Amino acid sequence: MQKARKVLALVGNHAVAYAVKQAKPQVLAVFPITPQTTMLEKLAEYIAEGELKAELVKIESEHSAMATIFGAAVAGARVFTATSSQGLLYMTEMIYWVGGARVPLVAAVATRAIAAPWSILDDHHDFVSKRDAIWIQMMAENVQDAYDLTLMAFRISEYPNLLLPVMMGFDGFILTHTMERLEVLNDEEVDEFLPPRKFNLIDFEDPVSIGQVADSSEYIKYRYSAMKAMENAKSVIEEVSKEYSKLVGRNVPGLVEDFMCDDADYAIVAMGAWSGDVREAVRRLRGEGIKSCLLKVKTFRPFPKELIRKYLSEKKAVLVMDRAYSYGLGGVLASEVKSAMYGLQVPVYNFVAGLGGQDVRPTVIVDMAKKLHEGTLQEEVWLV
Amino acid sequence: MTEALRLDNARFLRGNAACPGCPIPKELDTLLSVMGKRTVLVVPASCTSVILGDTRGTPSTVPVIHSAMAASAAIASGVERALRARGEKDFNVVVWAGDGATGDIGFATLSGAAERNENILYVCYDNEAFMNTGIQRSSLTPYGAWTTTTPEGKREFKKPLPLVMMQHRIPYVATASIGYIFDYEQKLRKAKDVKGFRYIHLLSPCPPGWRYDSSLTVEVAKLAVDTGIWPLFEVENGEFRLTSVSKTHLDKSRRKPVEAYLKLQGRFKNLTQEQVQEIQRMIDEMWEEIKALLKK
Repeated sequence: MQKARKVLALVGNHAVAYAVKQAKPQVLAVFPITPQTTMLEKLAEYIAEGELKAELVKIESEHSAMATIFGAAVAGARVFTATSSQGLLYMTEMIYWVGGARVPLVAAVATRAIAAPWSILDDHHDFVSKRDAIWIQMMAENVQDAYDLTLMAFRISEYPNLLLPVMMGFDGFILTHTMERLEVLNDEEVDEFLPPRKFNLIDFEDPVSIGQVADSSEYIKYRYSAMKAMENAKSVIEEVSKEYSKLVGRNVPGLVEDFMCDDADYAIVAMGAWSGDVREAVRRLRGEGIKSCLLKVKTFRPFPKELIRKYLSEKKAVLVMDRAYSYGLGGVLASEVKSAMYGLQVPVYNFVAGLGGQDVRPTVIVDMAKKLHEGTLQEEVWLV
Repeated sequence: MTEALRLDNARFLRGNAACPGCPIPKELDTLLSVMGKRTVLVVPASCTSVILGDTRGTPSTVPVIHSAMAASAAIASGVERALRARGEKDFNVVVWAGDGATGDIGFATLSGAAERNENILYVCYDNEAFMNTGIQRSSLTPYGAWTTTTPEGKREFKKPLPLVMMQHRIPYVATASIGYIFDYEQKLRKAKDVKGFRYIHLLSPCPPGWRYDSSLTVEVAKLAVDTGIWPLFEVENGEFRLTSVSKTHLDKSRRKPVEAYLKLQGRFKNLTQEQVQEIQRMIDEMWEEIKALLKK
């Protein structure tokens, strides 16, 4: 008979650490940065207490943290690291290196604003800045989601022949430091979901080179195959989402999640923790007779443009919530949504808020949605 | 195809992309013949990135991981930890890096891996400038040398990297010169058997960068040692020892005047007599410091 699953109350960082422990990585690189630090502290504690058997590399920088897990992943180990904000920027060169080399591995990003000026609080600028690095990027809404996506990330990354790294994003402090209820899988269930890693490039009998010069006729072939892999990743993510949903007995979508979109006139598109606030706003709007809905983007890369079109093509108007901005253009998520909806006659509005930890409550979202309904909303609105 | 090109027991195959007179292929061949085929090479951006070929083939007979310039010691740390975690035994992880990747952009990474005493061998092949990009000065370019970014000669001194590494208290540090290949080979043998972080700093003359005829590489590399500007030593568990001909160089009269070394190289041709004397004075001073290290 199936062993009963544990229900725990954990902060987001500890939920992710718990998932990582169950994934049994063999090499971890740790470097502190708020708000990710307590996750790596927890992993160090698991190792010290013998609950996780792994090499813990107490590295001297984020650039080296990504370099270390790259080397370890090339040499066949399941690996993990985490970072935030400046740390993610500092490791950017190696983020691209890993993506370009198509080495499967997993990293978590506790999202945080970028300096200057200093802020340790949440927004999505760090996360979205890695959109062209040939990484699958997924983002969690709550602590349960962060736990689920971490396990799915390992499975997706190591999916046969996909060869892509996965970045699991979740909002700094809002999720990393908030305690929520979650159900965790039994260790044996995780073992079954995540078979031992097969990927390894170090074979002394059949040596290969990794990352050597590619001339002008070869280089583009590598990038072409990366483009194909990212397209292919969409069906892999859906497949893994099905496997995982079946395992846990809950629906855990991989690409997008819709809330009340079937009969809605208006849609609000959001990514990350404030999707929960949008849900609440949708309930209140429905209470006032406005048929609104939430379309949550769970996978940012590959961007699920087909599903975005499918869900939004019949709406009267769409409001995209943005916690990151491309200066000189517009909200980052809004730009992606507009691009996905090219040719459709659905107006897309953009609400830019929550930068640097700004508090955004459901009432504010309700106000925006009402203006959208009334047709009085400007195309781009900042909450300042 | 690979077999056909292997004319002898070379571990590093002929017909690679090195410049005429470049010592790197011989240095790597020596390294690989000592370390054996169960060796992983980690190579940051440098001349060797080019010498190692492209997607069509490589002269290496062991796995190679190409690395971003500042990342190699960290990548090597990860490779070693992973192979160990996976139960592999009797393997070597070697970083093969130029002086810029070692002493400048990758210095924090090198220092971090040394401080953690990662079980890797780090070889800095020092051609005393960013040569692959076309002769720009590095912190390891010597005083007075012409480079494209020091057209009037470098005004600063060469960073004393082997001594800096010695200060990390790692189990093995050595200097070497391709002009004294048996000394280099012996140090590789020794380093192979040491557990922990090992650092070998190999002076690696560069004909186009140092501005000398490509037939003179060995002579230049020998003169660097013979004049005492590049002493051969090793530091094993903190014990400093001179090796090879450098053992005799505590006596200044046994060292050739540095002019013999400088005058072969076009990069020093604009030095004034005063500057040459200044360099000679610095060498003599360094040897007094070596005496002090030997007394410890």
